[in-house]
Amino acid sequence: MSEITKDYTIIEAGKEEKNYWQDLFVYRELFYFLAWRDVLVRYKQTIIGIIWCIIKPLLLMIVFTIIFGKLAKFPSDGVPYAILVYTALLPWQFYATSLTDSSNSLISNTNMVSKIYFPRIIIPTSSIIVNLFDFVISFLILLVLMIYYQFVPSWTILTVPFFLFIAILNTLGSGLWLSAINVKYRDVKYIVPFIIQLGLYISPVGFNSSIIPEQWRLIYSLNPMAGVIDGFRWAILGNETQIYMPGFILSCFVIILIFVTGIWYFRKTERTFADII
Amino acid sequence: MTQVIQVENLGKKYLITHKTGEVYLTMRDAISKNLKNLFNKTSNKGVDSKEEFWAVRGITFNVNEGDRVGIIGRNGAGKSTILKLISKITAPSEGTIKIKGRVASLLEVGTGFHLELTGKENIYLNGAVLGMGKAEIKRKFDDIVAFAEIENFLDTPVKRYSSGMYIRLAFAIASHLEPEILVVDEVLAVGDLQFQKKCIARMDEVSKEGRTILFVSHNMAIINALCNKGILLEEGKTKFIGPVNNAVEEYISNVSVFAKNTHLIDRIRPKECSLKAKIIEVSIITERGEDQDIIDSTKPFIVRFTIDASADINSAILFNINDMSQDLIRFDSALSSNKYFSFKKGINTVDCKIKPTYLTQGNYKIDFCLLRVPNEIVHDQIHDALTFSVLDLDPYNTGFNLSQKYSRFHVDHEWLENKVRK
Repeated sequence: MSEITKDYTIIEAGKEEKNYWQDLFVYRELFYFLAWRDVLVRYKQTIIGIIWCIIKPLLLMIVFTIIFGKLAKFPSDGVPYAILVYTALLPWQFYATSLTDSSNSLISNTNMVSKIYFPRIIIPTSSIIVNLFDFVISFLILLVLMIYYQFVPSWTILTVPFFLFIAILNTLGSGLWLSAINVKYRDVKYIVPFIIQLGLYISPVGFNSSIIPEQWRLIYSLNPMAGVIDGFRWAILGNETQIYMPGFILSCFVIILIFVTGIWYFRKTERTFADII
Repeated sequence: MTQVIQVENLGKKYLITHKTGEVYLTMRDAISKNLKNLFNKTSNKGVDSKEEFWAVRGITFNVNEGDRVGIIGRNGAGKSTILKLISKITAPSEGTIKIKGRVASLLEVGTGFHLELTGKENIYLNGAVLGMGKAEIKRKFDDIVAFAEIENFLDTPVKRYSSGMYIRLAFAIASHLEPEILVVDEVLAVGDLQFQKKCIARMDEVSKEGRTILFVSHNMAIINALCNKGILLEEGKTKFIGPVNNAVEEYISNVSVFAKNTHLIDRIRPKECSLKAKIIEVSIITERGEDQDIIDSTKPFIVRFTIDASADINSAILFNINDMSQDLIRFDSALSSNKYFSFKKGINTVDCKIKPTYLTQGNYKIDFCLLRVPNEIVHDQIHDALTFSVLDLDPYNTGFNLSQKYSRFHVDHEWLENKVRK
């Protein structure tokens, strides 16, 4: 039997799959095709198609600008309030839609999970890509808004990809957790809309996080989206807003924790997905 | 010969939950029952009990390069579980599997198809799902389209395809895979006869190229034609491993014993069955009103179903007569007779009166009985419900016995005197 250990894939009961990450590379084209499928499907059979990903943040921006900017008169540190809100809506919309998609992704691909082998992590990950696509389009709208308000961003706007990367880690981490739990407990479909609804108000989307009293800011930063949104504001609005460093670092720490435990939990449970989905 | 698959002491266990007491049909029942338990803690502790169930256990076999292995056995014997374990879809609970080479599994037709996408887009998507790279799909694209015969519908969303086109496209993609090991689960059972032949020819071709095939089917004729090696499973264990002919013979002789000895109530049902109504007995009743399993095929007979309904439901009945290796005749009350039965709660019987079949001498079975509303719900499904024999068939009293050796049926005919053309 000893001659057959080298070229053989060995599946052993109770043992971790050895070539998991290697398989992930082998199946990269599947990842690409699934993401491409989601992009193709998203706006099929809609009349105005891609305009939807512009309308949603624009309407929210208008509502928040009126309520928080005009009625409640929250400070905006000299930045047009609409831009202040829209800057936060970029990562927020990305987070909200990605979380919904990725938490449902395994369930909506039940057939594939129960009939085909591939590293399951591909599914929730690829479902986020389509939202990146929307993100880019929404970002272009931001540039249009800047021209309209004659707002000149500083060099820091070049750091947006870094903060986007943090946003992706956060989304992916939560998505891995929720999609894996969703396989067993369908309660997730009630929890996610709740997280999103609540999160929109407790995250600094409609207001600047500088209005949070100093002694509460560190605790406030336990919300990972607070760090992400502050980062986006700092990058896009430049020197007009100051980033609160301890809070930002704490948020990043929480995000890394969610991401690492997300991968851990997903890997731990994925071997049973096909049995219980 | 190199061994490409080595399976040692393989086992797969599932935890199944038993609920004591009646089955909950509605959410309301479930809630009220749970509330009762909440207030009445003493009576019903441990409403759910978990039990281990070994779908397969202690399976050991080897497959050589180029082998075409037919895996046969009754429903619930563990055939599909073995395919899923080898395809890495599910993880084993004990034992090891060693595999050399790329495995492509085809457990379902069109996995990953998206209805909104066009045929062309789905070729790329499904190809990737089955493990092909973009370059590989591009290279084979024209062949796939030609094989599926869908040239004119490439840019039509597959939701507008007929079911035949859909299946043809799906199989065309799958059959252009070039894995070292191909794992196939009964997908040939769908599609029209001509296309089935094409698929078998294609699988034959694939095996001649030296690839290894693992194939699960209930159709013994296809197994016999396609495979050289057979593995017979029974209740999750290997009953026989060896040349395919012997495996099939063993299976057939087991079926008769099994059908006689295992009551329909105790059969394992596929999990998609609602079981709101169950087939509890199938019997053959001859002209004289006797219940028996030897028939004279020149006389009419009745197939009687006894059905236990747990509520008032509507359902159609479907069954096949099978010659122990493949289905011969299908009787479908919904599709061919447009007949649905209204079962009342309790025991119901339905008779299907069959005119003389002129089946030739040999053993047959009533296989694959189904209670269902087409396209909606399957209430119950049973394989190998009943075996019966036709003793001899000599329709013209010539003393010559027509048997399965010559044909499966006899058709009433008449030879006319020869005429001389002037």
